[in-house]
Amino acid sequence: MTVHQRDWDAFMTRAEDGSVHMDLAVDGITCAACMGDIERGLARLPGMRKARVNLTSHRLAVDWDDAETPPEDILAALNRLGYTAHPFDPARARQQKDETGKRLLRALAVAGFSGMNIMLLSVSVWSGNATDITDETRDFFHWLSALIALPTVAYSGMPFFRSAWTAIRARRLNMDVPIAIGVSLAVALSLVQTIQHQHHAYFESAVMLLFFLLVGRYLDHNMRGRTQSFAENMAALRAEVAGRIAPDGSVRETPLSRIQPGDLVLVAAGERIPVDGVVEFGTSELDQSLITGETRLVPVGVGETVYAGTLNGSGSLTLKVTAASSGTFLDDVNRLLETAAQGRSAYVRIADRAAQLYAPVVHAASALTFLFWLVWGIGWQPSLVISISVLIITCPCALGLAVPAVQVVASGQLFRAGVLLNSGDAIERLAAADTIVFDKTGTLTRAEPELAEPELLSDELVRLGARLALSSRHPLAIALARAAGVREPFAATTETAGQGVETLWNGKTLRLGSPAFCGADGQEVASILSRWPGASLIAVALDGEPVRLLALHQGLRSDAREVLDHLARQGYRLEILSGDRKGAVEEIASVLPVSRWAAELTPADKIARLEALKAEGANVLMVGDGLNDAPALAAAHVSLSPVTAVHLSQAAADAVFLGERLRPVAEALALSRRARRAMEQNLWISVIYNAIAVPIAVAGFVTPLLAALAMSGSSLIVTANALRLRLGGPAIDTDPAKAGDRAASPLPPISQSA
Amino acid sequence: MDVLIFLIPIAIGLGLAGLVGFLWSLKTGQYEDLEGAKWRILDDDDLPAPGEPSDRLSS
Repeated sequence: MTVHQRDWDAFMTRAEDGSVHMDLAVDGITCAACMGDIERGLARLPGMRKARVNLTSHRLAVDWDDAETPPEDILAALNRLGYTAHPFDPARARQQKDETGKRLLRALAVAGFSGMNIMLLSVSVWSGNATDITDETRDFFHWLSALIALPTVAYSGMPFFRSAWTAIRARRLNMDVPIAIGVSLAVALSLVQTIQHQHHAYFESAVMLLFFLLVGRYLDHNMRGRTQSFAENMAALRAEVAGRIAPDGSVRETPLSRIQPGDLVLVAAGERIPVDGVVEFGTSELDQSLITGETRLVPVGVGETVYAGTLNGSGSLTLKVTAASSGTFLDDVNRLLETAAQGRSAYVRIADRAAQLYAPVVHAASALTFLFWLVWGIGWQPSLVISISVLIITCPCALGLAVPAVQVVASGQLFRAGVLLNSGDAIERLAAADTIVFDKTGTLTRAEPELAEPELLSDELVRLGARLALSSRHPLAIALARAAGVREPFAATTETAGQGVETLWNGKTLRLGSPAFCGADGQEVASILSRWPGASLIAVALDGEPVRLLALHQGLRSDAREVLDHLARQGYRLEILSGDRKGAVEEIASVLPVSRWAAELTPADKIARLEALKAEGANVLMVGDGLNDAPALAAAHVSLSPVTAVHLSQAAADAVFLGERLRPVAEALALSRRARRAMEQNLWISVIYNAIAVPIAVAGFVTPLLAALAMSGSSLIVTANALRLRLGGPAIDTDPAKAGDRAASPLPPISQSA
Repeated sequence: MDVLIFLIPIAIGLGLAGLVGFLWSLKTGQYEDLEGAKWRILDDDDLPAPGEPSDRLSS
């Protein structure tokens, strides 16, 4: 977007003292030295108050006086230093303050503080019980513990109480229900025992339980926040802006959140169309591959509807923005998406399934214990104490950590492999996948077209054509120019929108464009199209020379064959469902180990195929990028989409993978299978722990010391087992920021670890 | 055991001081960039370069 200015006011927030604040996503920060470079470089600008780089999130926050330095200068200064930066739309940035994370951390700190203090008092009581503590001192210590524990449980327990309450109101059981019951009962029982001058109180158990569980919850939240903020950076770097035409005719780059239906938007040739709209002026050709999977360019003219995500080919267009839901195709997609997403929500997480089994069993065991001791005749109050001690010792500390601990470690590993998770339970569902359905365009293939016969580039005339292509923004011309690696454009060229470019070379007319524009022979066109069924053609013509025809098609991702072979060997059933033409899909399918493929599918067709697979009992992983894939992504058991996908598809998918390669798909599957195994091991560890601890509790031998030891011990074992995932993971370069240029770096072959 | 009258308030008070300190550091955003902070301590940009005349050193 070089032709028009940004509407800066939309990106800046103004403080009371007259300075303005802007957040930018900065590309190219690789090390700590960059941080100093940027901060020092910006500090030299007049009116600069504060420039601070966040090395964790690769963001820059600047506060300055915009009367002294216009915002353009800041971007220019960053450019001179060698960094590209894009401002965040404040409407999006506001959500990044991360209130939940801070609340969890505060709750964790409070629980940690009082846990330590209560433990200090409890250890004194335990050692005193073994020696000669006086009753007064013990009561005093218990009362002090109560004084610390009660407010702590009320404050730090809030996340659990709230979640348990929501679950109960919805008539469900989740892990937080037994946690909430266990903690409240432990505190209540201890209070009663303190009042009655008893020897044992369980305050430290309740608080330590909260502390351990909060650690797990905070780590989980942090991991998710990290991948999210990385995804947000990429959204900003892709500049979700549109060139809005103001009433006075000027064009300004405006964040999408500020665009209203009815606004006029200018889309230059070669730009991606940012909004859905109706063409007001201009004609062009659109590359709709992201929307329909169709790789052929489609002509559009005044009055026709165009969709966000399509690539504008040859001419500039003025669009009138329509409301998001008015497009017929998008309507369809949205309706399908809604119904598909409802089907997905029926999935019950493994942790919640465990809770549904666990809670009734434990509560029944506790009730039976109470009845047994009552019948035995030791009186109702000691019976109640024993039955509550059963609840405390079984309180699912290990069980509560079993799944989150694995999720945290696994999502960290996935992050390193270039996979960003959208939903926490995606790991479990990925592990269950046995059938993989790929979209073709943009998923198996690269998003941009490439030359089918690169050897033609040695031809002198083709090279001239490639130089001419530098003057055009047409996607095919850009691909040709890039493939040829030419740098010197012709000085004077004229472009006929939708047809081609021409110039004079040594007194002869040189043309590049559609075969018809260059006067190519119809038979020759037919013969080359039969050789490259899915290709688009571009022609080069010079007076007196035969016309050169070049076929451009979507090339496979560099490791597509390798990865699909690997997956087929692993026993996955592979399918291709594409919206593109039959010939184009057949060409791709013939070189890949796919058991089945289908072409020219509508979004509804794709869902129908997924339903059929589901009915056969298959758990489908859908990998797709287009708008036409979005409903299928939501309908599949689990879904992945490349980072080049349209926004709607990324939102519908469970995870997004980075880079040019398909390899993260294979790694995500392998890792999630290992993670799933670790989760099951952890659940078994908790079961075994309970099998040992419950009989001791039922017999009435549990002391607070034993409860504290059992709880910490089981939590540590479960966490250590989760950390085992980090060992022997797939070897991959670890910096996620470099994921984008991975294509260039040589990588070891796919690991066989699964 | 009279010493407890001093010891316990001191122990809890020290703990509380730690808690308050942590909450303060959280509030002032010191946990927002854990990566950057460790490098910033190595940045000696605020010192004059060697050989360069400086007001602070020459006075």
